[in-house]
Amino acid sequence: MILLPDQAAEAIRLHGRESYREEACGVLYGATTAAGKHVLRASPMVNARDDERHRRFVVTAADYRRAEAEASRSGLTLLGFYHSHPDHPAYPSAFDLEHALPFFSYVILAVEAGTPKEMRSFVLSEDRSEFLEESLEQEKRSCP
Amino acid sequence: MPVKVLIPTPLRPFTDQKETVEIEGALVRDLLDNLTDRYRDLRKHLFDDSGKLRSFVNVYVNEDDIRSLDRFDTRVSEKDVVSIVPSIAGGAGSPAVVEGEVTFSREEIQRYSRHLIMPEVGMEGQAKLKSASVLMVGAGGLGAPLGMYLAAAGIGRLGIVDFDVVDASNLQRQVTFSAADVGRPKLQATKDRLSGINPHIEIEGHETRLSSENALALFRDYDVIVDGTDNFPTRYLVNDACVLSGKPNVYGSIFRFEGQVSVFDARRGPCYRCLYPEPPPPGLVPSCAEGGVLGVLPGIVGSLQALEVLKLVLGRGEPMIGRLLVFDALQMKFRELRQRKDPDCPICGERPRIRELIDYEEFCGIPQAREVERKMGVPTITVEGLKELVDERADVFVLDVREQHEWNIVRLEGATLIPLGRLPHEVNKLDSAKDIVVYCRSGARSAKATQFLLDAGFQKVRNLEGGILAWADRIDPSLPKY
Repeated sequence: MILLPDQAAEAIRLHGRESYREEACGVLYGATTAAGKHVLRASPMVNARDDERHRRFVVTAADYRRAEAEASRSGLTLLGFYHSHPDHPAYPSAFDLEHALPFFSYVILAVEAGTPKEMRSFVLSEDRSEFLEESLEQEKRSCP
Repeated sequence: MPVKVLIPTPLRPFTDQKETVEIEGALVRDLLDNLTDRYRDLRKHLFDDSGKLRSFVNVYVNEDDIRSLDRFDTRVSEKDVVSIVPSIAGGAGSPAVVEGEVTFSREEIQRYSRHLIMPEVGMEGQAKLKSASVLMVGAGGLGAPLGMYLAAAGIGRLGIVDFDVVDASNLQRQVTFSAADVGRPKLQATKDRLSGINPHIEIEGHETRLSSENALALFRDYDVIVDGTDNFPTRYLVNDACVLSGKPNVYGSIFRFEGQVSVFDARRGPCYRCLYPEPPPPGLVPSCAEGGVLGVLPGIVGSLQALEVLKLVLGRGEPMIGRLLVFDALQMKFRELRQRKDPDCPICGERPRIRELIDYEEFCGIPQAREVERKMGVPTITVEGLKELVDERADVFVLDVREQHEWNIVRLEGATLIPLGRLPHEVNKLDSAKDIVVYCRSGARSAKATQFLLDAGFQKVRNLEGGILAWADRIDPSLPKY
């Protein structure tokens, strides 16, 4: 289970909409609890691909290291990454699977014709053979 | 002398949650070997099956990628920090996604997205649907939901066999057609409608009556055959042609308030003949035209057939092979009857006697029945003849032998209603001295009534040829037809 506060979900949707036709990607910081992963912050990252950005994204090793460093500095855990699928369903592609890491949550947002639609989250199975969908719950926070 | 190795978050579950581990080794190669020896589960995430470092796994010595140093031969010492750094990559397929040989445009991806997001269908399943070919026999009540749903779901090639013309009485249930289609060939109207629903598929029309001569050739080019016919000769023909050509037959039938659905695939289960070896005698089971059918019923049965087609094509779920679903709309009950393959089945049994298509009209006794009807030879009168009598104000007793609800729809002026079933009880109401003209909807029931009256001793009794339908056609077009 991955718990996404409204604010983070909204940030992901906004990023997916703004980057439309290209894939947006970003990092999820938070904490692991007995119940699962609890996202506290979703931060956009730069899609470092210089070609095929409509269907591919990459976070460079240097950016990844910065994200790890940011997590340790703020006492958070790197929980995973999100990315958008422009005009493509919110399911991992074969390419996603090849490049997947264990433990991480891969949150995928489908953006249909510029409008953010479904969001789903996946984790790599233990034997790396497939993605397993995990339940993605949005946390409602009422205004103070 | 141990070297510090930094483990990235996703791999920490394999290093007892340690962020840093100390490993012995003089070269990066030794270090990684020793690391994965100690933490065995790490190996599959760092290296692929051939033992190569995965493309998204980077190894840094201090601030430098080993690719810019001596790669795996890079020397390390206790002063160095080695980091394993994944790069995060991913992405959708291309907009024109290639799944095997099948490609999808962006519009198609959007159209089929509710399929694509289901793992049970997905791109793979949608590609199967797109490469599939389905032949619908009949574009009537069952063909309407069948055609529309199969087209919408993305069956790549949809064949339709029909030679009928849209009649106003079709509109009560054949929802493919609009009022403006009355008089048009059903095939043409259906093609227009289906290509409007999904322009990405191929629709092939066969404007012909399915026959023993053309069935095998027609079926050859399709993966699945769907039986949407309304008569026994064609039903046996579809069954036999499917058995002989080894195709699944998605069967549906409707009558009044009842429907049946099954999948006959002689390779995997029983065929229609295992279930019904012999057709009923002609006239015993009325057609929808004679017995009526509730408007929504073909929508349900045809939709169930469409579902079975999708399941067969996708190879998902349990197809209705060996099961007959009987739906009773009045009770709103679905019953399932188990069907076994009949070892003595004349076509799919152990010793098949039927090895080629036969004459199905003959098999179903249709010509024989016509002959009997002709021999019955009751005296008849044409509608023009009756009109003359009426105009002359001749003393003629016009007897309607239809049912009360048909009488309520339309009747001939001055007629008297005695439904066929009541005739033996009410025959005493008739005056044998008078001229009697008997009519029903099309002339069949009234022929029986005429025969009955002749047998009962009436002499001046005649059957109205073509019934009230002929009257509406040729005498009074203002009358409704049903």
